[in-house]
Amino acid sequence: MVFARRLVTPDEVPVVILIGRRCGEPSELCGGNIMKRHRSENGQPGITRRGFLGSVGAGVVGVAVTGTMAATTAADSTDESCPSVALVINGRQPQVAVEPRDTLLFVLRNKLGMTGTKPGCERGECGACTVLINGIARYSCLTLALEADGKEITTIEGLLNGEKLGPVQQAFVEHDALQCGYCTPGQVIAAEALLRKTPNPSIEEIREAMSGNLCRCGAYQHIFRAVQRAAELRRS
Amino acid sequence: MEKPENGGDAVSMIGRALPRVDAFERVSGSAVYTGDVTLPEMLYAAILRCPHAHAVVKKVDASIASRLPGVRAILSSLDPEAKIKLPYPWWVPEGPPMLLFDTHCRYAGEEVAAVAAESQDQAWEALRAIKIEYEQLPFVLTAEDAVTPGAAAVHDSGNLVRPVDIYQRGDLVRGFAEADVVIEQTYRSSCEIHAPLEPHVAVAHWNGQRLTVWTPTQAIFNEQKQIAAALNMSLSAVRVISHYVGGSFGSKAELSKHTLIAAILSRKTSRPVKLALTREETFLCVGNRPANSITIQAGVKKDGSLTALQFTNLGSVGAYADWAEAGGGLGLYHCSNVRAQETETYINAGKARAFRGPGEVQCFWALEQVMDELAHRIGMDPVELRIKNLITHSQVNERPYTSTGFEECLRRGAGAFGWREARSRSRSGGPLRRGVGMAACQWSVQGGPPTTVIVSLLADGSVTLNMAAADQGTGTKTATAMIVADELGVPLEKITIEQGDTGTAQFGKPGGGSHSLVVYGPAVRAAALEVRRQVLDMAAQELNLPVTDLAVKDGRVGPANDFDRATPLAMLQGIVERQAIIGIGHPAPDPEGKIIMSFGVQFAEVEVNTRTGEIRVLRLVAAHDSGRVVNPLIYESQVFGGMVMGLGFALTERRVLDEKQTGRMVNANWHDYKIPTAKDVPFDQTCIPVDPHDSECDSVGVKGLGELGTMPTAPAIANAIYNATGVRVTDSPITPMHMLRRLASAKQDT
Repeated sequence: MVFARRLVTPDEVPVVILIGRRCGEPSELCGGNIMKRHRSENGQPGITRRGFLGSVGAGVVGVAVTGTMAATTAADSTDESCPSVALVINGRQPQVAVEPRDTLLFVLRNKLGMTGTKPGCERGECGACTVLINGIARYSCLTLALEADGKEITTIEGLLNGEKLGPVQQAFVEHDALQCGYCTPGQVIAAEALLRKTPNPSIEEIREAMSGNLCRCGAYQHIFRAVQRAAELRRS
Repeated sequence: MEKPENGGDAVSMIGRALPRVDAFERVSGSAVYTGDVTLPEMLYAAILRCPHAHAVVKKVDASIASRLPGVRAILSSLDPEAKIKLPYPWWVPEGPPMLLFDTHCRYAGEEVAAVAAESQDQAWEALRAIKIEYEQLPFVLTAEDAVTPGAAAVHDSGNLVRPVDIYQRGDLVRGFAEADVVIEQTYRSSCEIHAPLEPHVAVAHWNGQRLTVWTPTQAIFNEQKQIAAALNMSLSAVRVISHYVGGSFGSKAELSKHTLIAAILSRKTSRPVKLALTREETFLCVGNRPANSITIQAGVKKDGSLTALQFTNLGSVGAYADWAEAGGGLGLYHCSNVRAQETETYINAGKARAFRGPGEVQCFWALEQVMDELAHRIGMDPVELRIKNLITHSQVNERPYTSTGFEECLRRGAGAFGWREARSRSRSGGPLRRGVGMAACQWSVQGGPPTTVIVSLLADGSVTLNMAAADQGTGTKTATAMIVADELGVPLEKITIEQGDTGTAQFGKPGGGSHSLVVYGPAVRAAALEVRRQVLDMAAQELNLPVTDLAVKDGRVGPANDFDRATPLAMLQGIVERQAIIGIGHPAPDPEGKIIMSFGVQFAEVEVNTRTGEIRVLRLVAAHDSGRVVNPLIYESQVFGGMVMGLGFALTERRVLDEKQTGRMVNANWHDYKIPTAKDVPFDQTCIPVDPHDSECDSVGVKGLGELGTMPTAPAIANAIYNATGVRVTDSPITPMHMLRRLASAKQDT
């Protein structure tokens, strides 16, 4: 079924970019797997937007679906064979029934009410929905909840210690590495992923790691400074 | 930093680089944006949009859709609500009616039908099941085509939005005759999309005759007014809540159809309705910066004096009325002989909306490259040419500016950038060419009423600040809290802000046009001073001391010269009796007969790869006069952010319409519409605040910053490219392909 449902003209335009899958179908073409493959291939701490687009360009997901197909494969709203997944989110283990097509982003926000993770494009372009999966930054809009089964997920809420901010969050506050704040949870998570793997990153490593997260307010300069500051805070 | 007028006892906050007062909410994920709002029994809605650039809806068949599981309501042109008109915001003169669902669709993306269902997927599925029969019409996508005889008519009244506007002063013929050098160039700028990270969304909830709408907006009271007008309701029956706005840049300044649709679906179903636009929809139907084509003919004497400026602008507003004017920035330089002609047309594309520096970004893209070219032709330093033509009053109405920090911006910016040295550096002959460029801008700000804010000092000495103001990342909450903290001697942590809710706030102006702080700063200061006056009167009476001897600080009031004896505010009998001391504040009207003008100058260094056409911006320096800087940290965020946006305008951003075949936007996503990423911006960004200590603009001394940061960036980059390559690129964005073409044609010419 289509889960990149951004069609202006669902009945006519042949422009679906990403396709999901039905229960029981092979998952070769789903976005989440592409992300996973890319990340594991290059071993980078967190996928970059460019890296991901590169894989799109290579034809991995350039699947066109005609209007008719889009209509016939339109989302079924219920699926009785829906499995339950055991997600480990911020150290807790909620048991959630998910539909195979449910993205991790959807489950976090709509089933678990964890709204700190933001939807920005729901097609892996902006990074607002970035979460850590086993310590690696992933776009939760392109990750199926089923894929995250049993894995350790950290969201922006998980970086807090009670009401105390984590070091990356604290550094973002100190350096005003945000304006409207909408991309901020994703930026903070991307920075966290970088620092877990590279505690003392260079400017180029910071740029690379943060390049999968768009900020329209243009806070990049302050984000770079905040990541450097967070590295200091984490060391102390 | 001195204060413009006597107020609190110590200026301890203003001018300090403090973190935002709402930073915790924004970094912890606890800030509740509209999309995070979920109400019991809430339905989810979606909109079906016309796939054709120009078409008439012949038939709507929703019979299958209405029987699908979960579907609770369907709206289309068949329903009486379809005739509801979306009102124009007050800053756009009434244009052709914008019907909720017009059977005559004027752009690909125009609303045709909407569904409310139990889940978002069911709503989308139902959309697919609605069958629409269209009759396609010929379309027009550019302003040039729109004014060509025989062009397809977007509206029955034709394609002109308003009569061609002509402004003239002096004698153009004489001006050109006096010039030693005359040039004429045409500059084109592409249509740019706001694309804030938070997609547009509304949650609507009817309760009997009353409606509550959660929606991110810069202007809660404008939203309220537009909704009330559209639905024929009283203002007080419509409550608009907008606590957090995830970026806007103008695209969330006016009411959008989806908000009205959510409201009507909620009324039809007696259920709350959430309607979230997809990212793609936000590229189509919630505004853009119109494309402009600007021809400037300019004359200059050898000594650098401008003698004549002829400005001809052709712009397209999209399918419904808005502005595509661009001549507002022409007053930046002294010139006695000026003619400006503006032609604004309709085209079959999404309507424009104010976009950070509306009109003037396009104006300066052209004007500032023309100035660069003039400087080159007469062999003058571009900075000196600008200083030569500096002016301190409006040439349209002769009103003086309250302050003019333009020259200081030019000189200090040039100094910080190392302008002279950088210009005289020798150019390498290899494929990588470095160059430097600069550009300037101005922006006039309107402050003043109507706006009301309330500051309450509570019995324990803590404070609440209540105001309409939006804070879409601009830092308005923080800056106003700092002003209150200064006047009342309370720490920031003791101030709680209630804002962005018509149900609790008093009427206040929108946050836009760089005027948030010019409006709300003085209003908040007046309210805090009113609280302070009452506290001092009360204390003077109770402590039996003259008011002039008293100070208020850290939640205590007492003799200024012996503050150890101060009494906690909570102990004042007057406060115990009233439990809250209320101060109401308004901004004073703008100074009579004067204009509040902000200025900005930016310098850029670029590297052009002449083999690949790639352009790297290596560093940017900004020097801006926006009056007093309340918080240098947030100030810097605003300027850096503006420069990043300007970089996008210069190098990557462009709405691409399929002109040959379908007329649709073909890059309505962030993959194909590229905004700058962390890898595109220079690490080396500097900003220098220039404060002319303006005591006339308003009681805080601020002039407005938001638009400034983004206006000169693109022409500064283009001028740097010229400096690097000797090639003048006149069209935005300067993509590698575009750059290579220009380099190739320049080579042929020589």
